[in-house]
Amino acid sequence: MGIIRRALRSRPVASLTSPLTIDHYLDQIHPMLAAENVRARVVEVIRETGDASTVVLRPNGTWTGFIPGQHVQFGVEVEGKRRIRCFSVSSSRAAKDGTFSVSVKAHPDGYVSQFLHHQLKPKTIVYLSQAEGEFVLPKDVPDNLLLMSGGSGVTPVMSMIRTLRDSGHRGAVTFLHYARSRSDEMFSADLDELAAEPNVTVKRIYTREPAANVDLQGRFDIDHLEHLGIDPTSTLTYVCGPAGLIAGVRDTYAELGAADQLRMEYFKVPSVDLDAADATGTLSFDGAGIEAANSGATILEQAEAAGLKPEFGCRMGVCNTCAIKKNSGAVRHVVSGEIRANTDETIKICVQVPIGDVNVAL
Amino acid sequence: MAKKKLAPIKPHSASNHNAAPLSLINKHSDKPATIGLEYMTYDQLDDFGRELDTVRQRVLDDLGQKDADYIRRVIKVQKASEVLGRVGILFPFFLPVFIVGIALLAVAKILDNMEIGHNVMHGQYDWMNDPMVDGARYEWDNIAPSQDWKHGHNYIHHTYTNIHGMDRDIGYNLFRIDDDQPWYGSHRFNLPLAFLLMLVFEWGIMYHGVELDQYLHGKITKEDFQGRKKRAMQKIRRQVFKDYIAWPVVGLALVPFVGWWAPLAILGANIAANIIRNVWTFCIIFCGHFPAEVQTFAEEDAQNESRGQWYLRQLLGSANISGHAPFHLMTGNLSYQIEHHLFPDIPARRYPQVAEDVKRLVEQYGLSYNSGRLSKQMLSVVRQLAKFGIKPSDPYKIGNSPESKALRRAKREEAARRTEDARTPHLTS
Repeated sequence: MGIIRRALRSRPVASLTSPLTIDHYLDQIHPMLAAENVRARVVEVIRETGDASTVVLRPNGTWTGFIPGQHVQFGVEVEGKRRIRCFSVSSSRAAKDGTFSVSVKAHPDGYVSQFLHHQLKPKTIVYLSQAEGEFVLPKDVPDNLLLMSGGSGVTPVMSMIRTLRDSGHRGAVTFLHYARSRSDEMFSADLDELAAEPNVTVKRIYTREPAANVDLQGRFDIDHLEHLGIDPTSTLTYVCGPAGLIAGVRDTYAELGAADQLRMEYFKVPSVDLDAADATGTLSFDGAGIEAANSGATILEQAEAAGLKPEFGCRMGVCNTCAIKKNSGAVRHVVSGEIRANTDETIKICVQVPIGDVNVAL
Repeated sequence: MAKKKLAPIKPHSASNHNAAPLSLINKHSDKPATIGLEYMTYDQLDDFGRELDTVRQRVLDDLGQKDADYIRRVIKVQKASEVLGRVGILFPFFLPVFIVGIALLAVAKILDNMEIGHNVMHGQYDWMNDPMVDGARYEWDNIAPSQDWKHGHNYIHHTYTNIHGMDRDIGYNLFRIDDDQPWYGSHRFNLPLAFLLMLVFEWGIMYHGVELDQYLHGKITKEDFQGRKKRAMQKIRRQVFKDYIAWPVVGLALVPFVGWWAPLAILGANIAANIIRNVWTFCIIFCGHFPAEVQTFAEEDAQNESRGQWYLRQLLGSANISGHAPFHLMTGNLSYQIEHHLFPDIPARRYPQVAEDVKRLVEQYGLSYNSGRLSKQMLSVVRQLAKFGIKPSDPYKIGNSPESKALRRAKREEAARRTEDARTPHLTS
């Protein structure tokens, strides 16, 4: 961190600009100029497939870098409104030109991902957070690694494998990727390239349109690992993708007693049954003084239905933007099914469904 | 089993901290509120409410880039004034620059408090999802901590506007400004006290937000009160340190060139800018609610009010100030106080536009629309303060007279009896 930036972040400066921060002033000169706020300029938008893009970004000096596997909150302004989503970093950590990239699959009803894919232009300024997330490679990478991904869950794993390649990792890396078909697959050319590396095994399985004469088929199965000669109990494994894939892998690893070797990240939250028949009780929004009958949707969705506008980011439980205090009641995590019933605890409302009467500080 | 919800009126808030408008509910009676019956029927009141809802929705649907550009432009002007003002007051040896510096600093503080702070903290720009104009996070250049101000202003004042016993902004527990307030001896000093408050208005707002009176009457808990006190003390420390210590200390660098008095001059400039801001905000705010003809309401009349009645109460309880565009900017468009009270959470730059619709409705229903020049409204406020400061001849209007005490006791007993009556059938059935 530059000495100027450190000075700008110091307490004396903060007391001179109180109650605002120095960034409120620097922002008026130029948005890229900041002591704390991370901003980046779009360098290039690369079309990966018909519905996936990679956005290359050059961040300002406040960016402290990322660890492969992490994600970033990505905000773009359209029609005066900043829209923020979480996207995984997909580039190698070894990039020397100060850029990094995120890769995004355009969801049919995803406003930001559609915008990125179709309209984002180079030179646009975007609003970022620092890189976040625990789904990362360890400091000392073991020799043997298994990386598994499904669909657009490939992006964080891609960042890992690219970094491993660029940093000269010599151990055996197996990359097992599930996609619906070859045309749905992101980074096809890069995966071909990686497959040519002597220590890397790339296996791609197309679940809907299987390629001819392949040895592996269908959804994840323990046979896939056996076929590749991988021992789950001794191989550090990363898996990222849809909830179905992760559930399968998690159960398999648990059965084999290899749960401690597994690192997981959900890429898409399973959709919740909106008018769940078993939804009971009342959801109360303490700050606004509003009560609503529990509809079975996530607390975030129910709050929005009640006319509130709570802050949110990724809407899939990773970025923590929507975390608020739950004053009382029990909630169920939509992915893990974990139930939390403590009073006065902080929850991410985008992935929590109320069970019975719940009171939140909104 | 259908549960009775606490929010009978659909909340239209654009932000999660502005809970208005939740109407006043009588738990023991379904009798509809009587507000506005001298102007229209219940059906007409419902139409009136629907029309205003439509006006509101039309603006909300149209929010976009131009509103974002506008508030950012105002912020840019505000920041430029502030920086230039702070630089200007570093020239105490060159009087014209020094004075312009004070003026620019005062303008910056006024813009921050009015068009930016007040409006942002109403949640008017929350839809932009930009942390710099986020109502929940904004903290203004004012002694009053935003959190407690938002509760007292956005919630209490904007929901229970001009209801005696509910809206703590009627005379701020300090002045008698309305005939329905009981008179106490201290009200003899209505005018001189108002003059003093004008000079230190930001401290008054802070003190109002601490809610010592509510605590002493047992209306808020000790923890609540202590929290308010703590936040106020923290904000006081920061504001006082910035304006009266840190910036004058920067002026120490001038001492070798200017003389020992340079930091004192800078301190004086900060005090002057704060006072100018206080005088201005005091005038605008007093003109918004305290001129003659602005109506106040009794709690009994407002219980179980409809959305239309809520709107009508806002309309009759506020007053506008006419003027040119730069004037409206400097008031934070609170010169459109009526429109602001009808639609507290739509961007204030839209008030001139919605005023046309409001005036049309006012004509249609034969209502009064209180508007006038600053001098006229200010004069009216001064006259009201003077008039209601005089001891009334009617002993029932004197707060600590035996008659008025007996009257209040009778009212309390009557209310308790009604409550009991309303409960009895439930107990026997």
